[in-house]
Amino acid sequence: MALIVIQFFPITLNESDTVPQSDFMVENQVPATIKNRLQVSCYDCHSNNTDYPWYSKIQPAAWYLEDHIQEGKDELNFNEWAEYSDRRKNSKLRSIISQIEEDKMPLDSYTLIHKDAILSDEDKRVIIDYMTALKDSLE
Amino acid sequence: MKTVKRTIGTMALAAIMVLTVSCKDGNKNEPAAPMSNEMHQESMDDKDNMAMNDNQDAKAVLQDYFKLKDALVETNNDKAKQLGATLASTLGSFDASSYSDNEQQELKDILEDAIEHAEHISESDMAHQREHFKILSKDVTDMVAITGTEMKIYEQFCPMYKNNEGGAWLSMNEEIRNPYFGDKMLKCGKVQREIN
Repeated sequence: MALIVIQFFPITLNESDTVPQSDFMVENQVPATIKNRLQVSCYDCHSNNTDYPWYSKIQPAAWYLEDHIQEGKDELNFNEWAEYSDRRKNSKLRSIISQIEEDKMPLDSYTLIHKDAILSDEDKRVIIDYMTALKDSLE
Repeated sequence: MKTVKRTIGTMALAAIMVLTVSCKDGNKNEPAAPMSNEMHQESMDDKDNMAMNDNQDAKAVLQDYFKLKDALVETNNDKAKQLGATLASTLGSFDASSYSDNEQQELKDILEDAIEHAEHISESDMAHQREHFKILSKDVTDMVAITGTEMKIYEQFCPMYKNNEGGAWLSMNEEIRNPYFGDKMLKCGKVQREIN
């Protein structure tokens, strides 16, 4: 019964039609391959626009996702990149690099369903090199 | 993020959540971390008690920073978690209103960044606490460059941290007690600068 009732609870969808000027990809010259990897593997939770999976329509998965996305955006929102100070960009880049190096991101619970979000060793190397160069350019 | 069992399938975990929380807000019982922005707004508006206040704020930050540093020297994960949370809230109540516009802007950047690192320290394992502490140390050092300090501080440096990337920290004592390695390499490092 409870499962039926909660289907009618509204949630706020994390969706946006436009890419803001402050986006990471707008501020930085990001090579197409990396752009694509970030979009597929990171942007669902780290931007203002989620490409929602089918199960997001069903409660309680929708709540679980909503919380997750909020948490992800609080931590890092690629759409707001230009609004971060250089100091914080530096910190964010450091975290991006170490999270990928240590296979902490993308989350296992995410790649379990989004197989296309899994980063290959080559993907990781390319992204880490790019982020490291970007970080060095800020220092 | 860390508390979520990542290995469990999304649906399974979600199903458990229904049984344990009856409403969405039920699982938001973490201690309220200070929201940097709100705190700033408040403190910026409050121009009443400026004067000597700011040096006190910087001093409070330094004191909590040193306590955190000592917990890392002891390799005490739980203590460092608690002290990270304490430092985050001390940083959040820093009142920068008596500084010049430029300094306020810079302090705001520094504090925002530092709060984030302190919050991470409050919920991480030892290795991550030390990684965040390294950047936090830079933030606090830059803060001191603006606020000044009454007490004498030593900037110390261990060249071996993170595969020889090295890491600096601040201490009130000249004697080296390494927060990056703890008792594995307690005395690795040297004083690279005396502040004040």
